[in-house]
Amino acid sequence: MSHPSKEQLQKEAAEVLSALDITALKPKQRIAIPVQEMPTQDPGVRITNMEEVAIGYSKDQVIAESLRCLQCKNAPCIKGCPVSIDIPGFILKAAEGDFQGSIDIIKESSLLPAICGRVCPQEAQCQLYCTVGKSLKDVEKSVSIGRIERYVADLERESGTIKMPEIAPSTGKKVAIVGSGPAGITVAADVRKAGHDVTIFEAFHKPGGVMVYGIPEFRLPKSIVAKEIDNLKQMGVKVETNFLIGRTRKLMDLMVKDGFDAIFVGSGAGLPKFMKIEGENLIGVFSANEYLTRSNLMKAYDPKNASTPIYNSKTVAVLGGGNVAMDAARTAQRLGAEKVYVVYRRTEKEMPARVEEVGHAKEEGIDFLLLHNPKRIIGDDKGRVTGLELLRYELGEPDDSGRRRPIAIEGSESILDVDTVIVSIGNDSNPLIKQTTESLVTNKWGNIIVDEDCKTSIPGVFAGGDIVLGAATVILAMGQGRTAAESINKMLAEK
Amino acid sequence: MNKVLHKEQLGEEVFRMRIEAPLIAEERSPGQFVIVQIDTDFGERIPLTIADADPEEGSITIIFQTVGSTTHRLAAIEVGECIENLLGPLGQPTYIENFGKVICVGGGIGVAPMHPIAQGLKKAGNEVKIIMGARNKDLMIMEEDMAKIADELILCTDDGSYGRKALVTEPLKELCETWKPDMVVAIGPPIMMKFCAETTRPYGVYTVVSLNTIMIDGTGMCGGCRVSVGGETKFVCVDGPEFDGHLVDFDNMMLRLGTYKTREAEDHHECHLEMAIQELED
Repeated sequence: MSHPSKEQLQKEAAEVLSALDITALKPKQRIAIPVQEMPTQDPGVRITNMEEVAIGYSKDQVIAESLRCLQCKNAPCIKGCPVSIDIPGFILKAAEGDFQGSIDIIKESSLLPAICGRVCPQEAQCQLYCTVGKSLKDVEKSVSIGRIERYVADLERESGTIKMPEIAPSTGKKVAIVGSGPAGITVAADVRKAGHDVTIFEAFHKPGGVMVYGIPEFRLPKSIVAKEIDNLKQMGVKVETNFLIGRTRKLMDLMVKDGFDAIFVGSGAGLPKFMKIEGENLIGVFSANEYLTRSNLMKAYDPKNASTPIYNSKTVAVLGGGNVAMDAARTAQRLGAEKVYVVYRRTEKEMPARVEEVGHAKEEGIDFLLLHNPKRIIGDDKGRVTGLELLRYELGEPDDSGRRRPIAIEGSESILDVDTVIVSIGNDSNPLIKQTTESLVTNKWGNIIVDEDCKTSIPGVFAGGDIVLGAATVILAMGQGRTAAESINKMLAEK
Repeated sequence: MNKVLHKEQLGEEVFRMRIEAPLIAEERSPGQFVIVQIDTDFGERIPLTIADADPEEGSITIIFQTVGSTTHRLAAIEVGECIENLLGPLGQPTYIENFGKVICVGGGIGVAPMHPIAQGLKKAGNEVKIIMGARNKDLMIMEEDMAKIADELILCTDDGSYGRKALVTEPLKELCETWKPDMVVAIGPPIMMKFCAETTRPYGVYTVVSLNTIMIDGTGMCGGCRVSVGGETKFVCVDGPEFDGHLVDFDNMMLRLGTYKTREAEDHHECHLEMAIQELED
């Protein structure tokens, strides 16, 4: 299969548009417009670089895709969006070529459109409910809402004329934000707009949280995240890096000693889980967090400049089926591994990763060992990984999550020769803030318990994102951030 | 940005640095460490134990040996210049109370993290005997500081150039026989801690060791620092750095410390080449 270039896709879109009277389109004509494919770097080329895989629509493509939207009166897509963006509204503007009008509508609800357009699992959210997709009986044929969102957001950013939100006159009240990931950034912006003095505390040396240490450059360019942080700073938000709440300062000391009136905890999903199988502490076994942080945040993919080393792998097994597993597998390949396997105990249908990431991984030659699960990791006398013993699985009855339960097939052991194992089966919550903050109530997994307004058990302390939800997505963290910010603003207005 | 207030060379490859860090100085307790990164874009993050702190001045003291590219670059930072990134205090503080009779064993650079712990133990009312070991006289550091704390100070060198010609385990074994300590704290190279733990094991003396493993964030996020303790996987950064020495799988830990040894050897070689060139230029 030849790989279509951006120019080719643009040309096809132009032809589609020229054949239509776009001012008088009937629903049937709209549905008949072909789904606009996202132009990407050629797979053979992109596995040799770290640059972004998806290049982004051209103007003709974004208009053609926007014209596919039926402008449903009941807008079912909005129900699928955690921050309730007026989706038909922004798509209508885009279809008319009013891209500034389009981004303005998005920004009424979402703070990070360039990021969400890239990393949201749209097929499980807005696009899942799209009438076009439903009528074509294929969610992949829904209107590509995320790609349109990305286009209008990129256009605004690249034009260099990002409109700064209005900031209310100073209230003299201080708000501390713990963590600079998607939840923290969202709260910071919304609370700052209300005129409060906002400081973000970040443990790492660079702000951005999972968007900087976790999600690779080839999926989310770090310059986009840096720009968002820069915008916050321009709004007057202060960012303190190298500051670990619970250690550098106790959570409650922010109120008692430093005079903060409210605190938002968005410290993220902190502690990588391991499989608890034999051989997990051998050399060559890494958590996906470690592997990705070395490559992304510490820039180990650039050994000429970076001091942080990364393991030299030839054959890699990544354990897990989520977005992080795809990121780790594709990073390993870009770092020079000759063979990369994703080992997942269910089938592709149950994989939590975005469909697009799985597709990209396959195009890049990642090998999927589905219905397999590791039994133990094997090492040599120097303690280095040499293989992975796998068991085959079959699917049984659905479990609590509604997904069919994987059952091991006895006697199905086989050995996969690998020198590296990357464990990507999720995170437990980091215990630090809980340990150092009496009376902060958490559940048995250590996630902070909040009410529907994101209030914790301590007055004035709010929480959201992965520290509350467990491992979730950027957009869900943002959604909680919006709720928390509203509660904080309300509380401070009454104070 | 944290300003270097004072720097001195304690031995051939050992440096003491006092750094402006008021919040860390205020919060830190014995046993805790910091993560240092010299250059925000491309530097690596390394853990270093806090040897001392002065909350009034708002400073902490670190003592380090130049072993990798980051420690070499750190040693080149002059008084008045800044370290770009410093995070801390990290890890669980040492559990200090009056145990009775305590032996502190410090090997090489491990004497530095031992200092605040020995100080704390003495202050809590313990009788403290200190054993210090080094390869040779030149690598023996902080003798005066430790002498101030110790009820008895025993010095050993591998080559006999200073103090007793012995490994630290020799006097440790003798004291276990004759003095019968209630607790031992051993900090130093992994192999030393392993053999200290083996020495005290037959006497059933509770032995605390402080581990220094590979880390990135130092906050529990990466898991690179994991060690096997009593058959369970623990994270040195959040569960430690101190553990029951009789339960630590030192062999696995030492293997894991060698994960990147090829790269480290190259870097070390390059650092010394660069230093040699620098000296020629000067």
